Amino acid sequence: MSIEHVLFGVFALLTVVSAVMVIVAKSPISSAMSLVATFFFLAGIYVLLWAHTVAVLQVLVYTGAIMVLFLFVIMLLNLGEATTTGPRVTLARVAGGVAAAGLLAVLVTAIWRIPSASTFTGSQAMSQGFGTLAVIGQTIYTRWLLPFEAVSLLLLVGMVGAVVVAKSRI
Amino acid sequence: MVHSVDIKYYLVLAAVLFCLGMFGVLVRRNALVVFMCVELMLNAANLTFLAFARQNGDATGHVSAFFVIAVAAAEASIGLAIVIAVFRSRGTVNIEEIRTMKH
Repeated sequence: MSIEHVLFGVFALLTVVSAVMVIVAKSPISSAMSLVATFFFLAGIYVLLWAHTVAVLQVLVYTGAIMVLFLFVIMLLNLGEATTTGPRVTLARVAGGVAAAGLLAVLVTAIWRIPSASTFTGSQAMSQGFGTLAVIGQTIYTRWLLPFEAVSLLLLVGMVGAVVVAKSRI
Repeated sequence: MVHSVDIKYYLVLAAVLFCLGMFGVLVRRNALVVFMCVELMLNAANLTFLAFARQNGDATGHVSAFFVIAVAAAEASIGLAIVIAVFRSRGTVNIEEIRTMKH
């Protein structure tokens, strides 16, 4: 039982609890704040996976940019508490629960059959600089240059599209 | 030899997150919360990429996670713009009351 196991357990539990809070929260604001917590705990798990750069990106892009956008839209639309008019337990909800539970059972069964071969050691990773910005940048700019440029185009199209769609009069 | 957590546990955590996101998409009626659950599912995919990247010692998984984050940002901006446009014409974001794309 190393410190890594303890940290993984704590972060995994907190991630799942806050993810459940996203779904069961009544107001969209509570959902958004729970999602921010989920992203933070997931960033901790990414650090345990030696993905420091992705963890920083997670906090910067997700909790910094995307969630601010979400909160801004929620407050702009002035959405309060959800008014529950229909019954709490509907057929659609039961079907959704059954579908999600079934998928989870299938996934966990499949995952548990993976042979646990640990081919990766920490000291080797340290010498190679695994997960650092330098290594990831080198990979992006040598082997993934065209997809990287495509992503910049995608973000430009997204930006222009968002302005056009949200405009009141085109 | 470093005693690290087995990859299975990371994959199970990702599966749990994905199924929670799927459940939320299926049962919630507020379009904004549905979007948040989609983000949860994207994060589960990211976690799988990073777990396999660590297992294989390959930085390609990190690059994939980076691309997923970029696509999620684009998706959120477009989706929220559509939510604003729908709210302006219908006055609601309840996906059960929105039955047609025309207005």
